[in-house]
Amino acid sequence: MNPENLTRREVLSLAGSGLFVIFPAQPPRPGYPADFNAYLRIGADGRVTCLVGKVELGQGSKTALAQLLAEELDVALDSVDMVMGDTDVCPWDGGTYGSLSIRQFGPVLRGAAAEARAVLLELAAEQLGAPVGRLQVKAGAVTDPSAAGKRVTYAQLVQGKRIERHLEKTPVKAVATYTVVGQSPRRKDALEKVTGRARYAGDMAVPGTLHARILRPPAHGATLKDIDTTAAEKVPGARVVKDGDLIAVLHERRDLADQALGLIKAQFVRPQPTVDDKTIFGHLRKAAPEGRVVDQSGDIVQGAQAAEALVERTYRNSYVAHATLETHSATAVIEGGKATVWAGTQTPFPVQQQVAQALGFTPRNVRIVTPYVGGGFGGKSASRQAIEAARLAKLTGKPVQVVFDRAEEFFFDTFRPAAVVTILSGLTGAGKISVWDYKVYCAGDREAKQFYDIPHQRTTSAGGWSGASTPGLHPFAIGPWRAPSVNTNTFARESHIDILANKAGVDPVEFRLGHLSDKRVRRVLEAAAKQFGWKPAPTPSRRGVGVACAIYMGTYVATVAEVAVDKSTGRVQVKRVVCAQDQGVTVNPDGSRQQIEGSITMGLGYALTEEVHFKDGEVLDRNFDTYQIPRFSWLPKIETVLIDNPETPASGCGEPPIVTMGAVVANAIFDAVGARMFQLPMTPARILEALKRG
Amino acid sequence: MQRTISFTLNGKPARVTTDDQRTLLWVLRGDIGVTSVKFGCGAALCGACTVIVDQEAVRSCSTPVKDVAGKRVLTIEGLSQERQLHPIQDAFLKHHAFQCGFCTPGMILNAYALLLKTPRPARADIIRHMDDNLCRCGSHVRIVEAIQEAAGAMKGGAR
Repeated sequence: MNPENLTRREVLSLAGSGLFVIFPAQPPRPGYPADFNAYLRIGADGRVTCLVGKVELGQGSKTALAQLLAEELDVALDSVDMVMGDTDVCPWDGGTYGSLSIRQFGPVLRGAAAEARAVLLELAAEQLGAPVGRLQVKAGAVTDPSAAGKRVTYAQLVQGKRIERHLEKTPVKAVATYTVVGQSPRRKDALEKVTGRARYAGDMAVPGTLHARILRPPAHGATLKDIDTTAAEKVPGARVVKDGDLIAVLHERRDLADQALGLIKAQFVRPQPTVDDKTIFGHLRKAAPEGRVVDQSGDIVQGAQAAEALVERTYRNSYVAHATLETHSATAVIEGGKATVWAGTQTPFPVQQQVAQALGFTPRNVRIVTPYVGGGFGGKSASRQAIEAARLAKLTGKPVQVVFDRAEEFFFDTFRPAAVVTILSGLTGAGKISVWDYKVYCAGDREAKQFYDIPHQRTTSAGGWSGASTPGLHPFAIGPWRAPSVNTNTFARESHIDILANKAGVDPVEFRLGHLSDKRVRRVLEAAAKQFGWKPAPTPSRRGVGVACAIYMGTYVATVAEVAVDKSTGRVQVKRVVCAQDQGVTVNPDGSRQQIEGSITMGLGYALTEEVHFKDGEVLDRNFDTYQIPRFSWLPKIETVLIDNPETPASGCGEPPIVTMGAVVANAIFDAVGARMFQLPMTPARILEALKRG
Repeated sequence: MQRTISFTLNGKPARVTTDDQRTLLWVLRGDIGVTSVKFGCGAALCGACTVIVDQEAVRSCSTPVKDVAGKRVLTIEGLSQERQLHPIQDAFLKHHAFQCGFCTPGMILNAYALLLKTPRPARADIIRHMDDNLCRCGSHVRIVEAIQEAAGAMKGGAR
């Protein structure tokens, strides 16, 4: 039986025998149900089903969470089945983002599994007539080593019983005793993904499904003036639906719906000219909300007075798209007053609320099921396709699938915001940074505060990365993009530190270490430099090597890169990247390496080519021809160093290593050719311009 | 033009009666139900829809179904035989040469086309051949390693 087809009630009734552990979120977070945050079932067949509200986006949580569970419960990893992101059977979760699955949810899951194990041991002690302290557990079987042959399995223990326990305390194993956590088993999604059996929201084949193509405006802010759907309606099998702002053509074949959509004659009134990808930065500086001091120590004036030279610079980055290979997809079915929506989303529970509101249903009559998701990176937090599919299913009385085409994907993307950072800094005669006055506009304040030893410093942030924080500021939607805020903040800070190292005439690694008392930053920086074989020299050394460090929500990263710059074309080839990361306990080393490699590769995009082109509300990038994402020919040699740090609880690893990529490439470019880049992406045109500037 | 088009799909006869200008992608996904063939861009720019037609990698999103009349079409379902993974699939699995998995069928099939023609590719051959297949998760380094390993395992004998 496929657990994805079961409702929670069905799971409960099914489990006439079994052990139930219901456990609270730790620490309790607002919005979560007070009683439990996750749900774990040990079946009479010995299989363990873990129901969590997180989703598998490719980041490997399905495997890493199962490892945590198997570790604490002492069962084989293969016996754990994960059911993720199904609002009917999984407890509420805010969404899969922020590298939180392991950092925040991991401890909850470990605690639950540990408690389940304790309960099972009590049962075993009774059955085997031995004290709990004498028993041993391995692969779901409890044995009494002092009495040969005395053995009982978890499956036998739960047979015919129904036990519920509410957890208060959650003693967990010592890291030193781990046998499953810290290993790199085969990913749980591996077989499905290499055989093509993995199903995504657009692969849900519900008989009679209509494929919907929705009429879209040519620009944000455009309004519909006139429409003629006569020709579209004449396409055999096509059906046109108009419901307020929602005008769609539906057909049993997707491509025929595409054709019919093309036959709709619509006239839109374009919005007044606004901003474009060149004028945006001035606009953001002017229109950003008032800044807020997020961190301050010492006195800026005093720091400036102590400086022998002041250095003020401005850094910019463009809007960046998520550009997941799977476009936003959903399939909706309404039957008997209940809507079921398979959605490629990072936020199934918030989407449940949104769909319920759009349909006028109570949330309990809306079920969001999250199959595999073809990449997220923050872009599938917003999931309008699920709402549109549900609305159209209600309007037509048929199952409806909405799969965005690539142009819709760009148009409705919640871009990483364009942003501006200004830094005023000063160096003393002894080459020490005496002052740091940092202002970030429109990227957000996450990790904006610098971590070097600077006596007089202030960090100010104006506007955030969430569109809701600054309505009307941007010409389209913005939102979280892998490590929100921090790509921008790291680019500015680490570029600027390099400029100061250059002014001081000191090697950039040495200069950083000279301003660093944070042991964890020092450790990753030294590890990356060592692995790279860093040879100290002031910049520009013409070798094309650069360094950058960052802290991201408890994870420490240092990256060293080597680049080659073609001075005649401005083209950059990144040849080698070494990344050292300290994420506390490593749950799955290979999984962490996948995330680091993926971050480095993806990060080359926003460093070198990725920027959204737009004008007057129109998104000019509609496909991968003008919007260039990293490809095989860009691939540097990638080396990863995982710092062994078992004393510190696991923090996130899917986002941190991407944040250094802008600065490390910029610093390596400077080292190669002496041209300083102040704007991302560092396109050939911008590099040629910088070379000309000298 | 509406007509019946016959071809071989994963070794078995297939036949559709439809407008022959429709793309192979949507005929495979919609009319036949082969969902491993992915829609990514619709313009032959990403490679997620790659299938093999008579030993050549083809972008099904930009191929009219009439072009495969009488030909042999292979999707990833046809790559593994008797539930035995193909060496390329084995290598992708072993190297975890995927994350979200959405580009994976297209990657594996494009690699298959490479190894049919160039059983012992150099690293540069792999990169050149795979360059127009996009992966957003950044599994590239592992995909290259997996293809190298598969080439070794197949000992020059692609099937």
